[in-house]
Amino acid sequence: MYNAKYIVPGIVVFLILATLPFWWSSIFVPGYKTPELALPKDQDKCIESADYMKANHMQMLNDWRDRVVRQGERLYTATDGKVYEMSLQNTCMKCHTNKAEFCDKCHDTASVNPYCWQCHQAPRGNEQ
Amino acid sequence: MSKTRRDFLKIAGISALGLGCSALPAAASEEGLAAAPAADAPAADTMNPHALTATRWGMAIFTRKIKGPEHFKQIISACHSYHNVPKIPKHKNEIKWIWEDSFEHTFTEKESHYLAEDVKMMDFLLLCNHCDNPPCVRVCPTKATFKRDWDGIVMMDMHRCIGCRFCMAACPYGSRSFNFGDPRPYIKELNPDYPTRMRGVVEKCDFCVERLAQGMMPACVEASEGALVFGDLDDPNSDVRKALRENFSIRRKTSLGTQPSVYYII
Ligand code: SF4
Ligand code: SF4
Ligand code: SF4
Repeated sequence: MYNAKYIVPGIVVFLILATLPFWWSSIFVPGYKTPELALPKDQDKCIESADYMKANHMQMLNDWRDRVVRQGERLYTATDGKVYEMSLQNTCMKCHTNKAEFCDKCHDTASVNPYCWQCHQAPRGNEQ
Repeated sequence: MSKTRRDFLKIAGISALGLGCSALPAAASEEGLAAAPAADAPAADTMNPHALTATRWGMAIFTRKIKGPEHFKQIISACHSYHNVPKIPKHKNEIKWIWEDSFEHTFTEKESHYLAEDVKMMDFLLLCNHCDNPPCVRVCPTKATFKRDWDGIVMMDMHRCIGCRFCMAACPYGSRSFNFGDPRPYIKELNPDYPTRMRGVVEKCDFCVERLAQGMMPACVEASEGALVFGDLDDPNSDVRKALRENFSIRRKTSLGTQPSVYYII
């Protein structure tokens, strides 16, 4: 190959650099661990099943937001027929009174940074 | 060649006519909706059974029943403390949902050289007029400001507001305030039931939609000891309509055609 002594090491260096994120994280970065969340002490279930909430709470909150603010609806009828007020601050956070140990733990681990809390008030227990 | 062109134009003309006609029924049905505003009201099972409802909320202010600065303060702070409205001292950055001003500033069209002494000395409560034809809604590019067709309240969706402030330029009543900075440090006591706002959004009076939904009257009305009357302008038997029927009232800047829903009984 013409100029092989430059091209081959060049290709090798390029491949190492290009794949760096993959092998670097598999060797040096500790694996993902599901965070331990502090569940509400006085409640044994959320308004929907835990699996559903894990996967869909963000869509649900988004849907609630539009229904409350734009359509003027206020009440949510859960799958089991129970009726709740659609409110992050006044329904969700009345059970999940520890934002730091519940919301933040997961959001921090997943590097998700929702700005809900710039307006909606976290329960008093979290304000120092 | 010229014949084909003629034919083409004919067909184009006929199709344009057809399109126009097909658009007609659509336009008509839209108007039909506007005539029956209750059409898209929230379904009963999504509402608190005690919720207060109307097809056109409005307010009448008995200006002479408001006795002095303390009374004004009581009404204003009822609203501002309930809604976590920050108290920012620097005038330019001030946030206000309901405030007071003189006759000349309130009724700019009704200025007279020889105003009655007592009226000249009087202050008036100002708030968003929840106009029938709100210019703030027309200019808002994100529809963050919108009018609830089923009860006439002009609302703000803080989640959508991008802070362009077109609505502030459009509102002829100065009813809107902009958050130049984070408001929280300026709120002495947070009401835990109501959110605050963030930097970069506009806010204003929302006729207490969240209180109406729980069956309560607006905070200012409750604190006014009868000076403020709130109710359904579409209902001839409502307290507002009764107040307006029995007293002479004026509205702010009516020549602009926005049709305010706040009436002042002088
Ligand atoms: S008073 Fe101003 S902010 Fe309120 S509805 Fe009318 S134009 Fe909009
Ligand atoms: S500032 Fe917000 S509410 Fe006002 S026009 Fe812009 S997006 Fe709409
Ligand atoms: S109606 Fe509600 S939001 Fe509007 S000024 Fe009165 S208390 Fe404030």
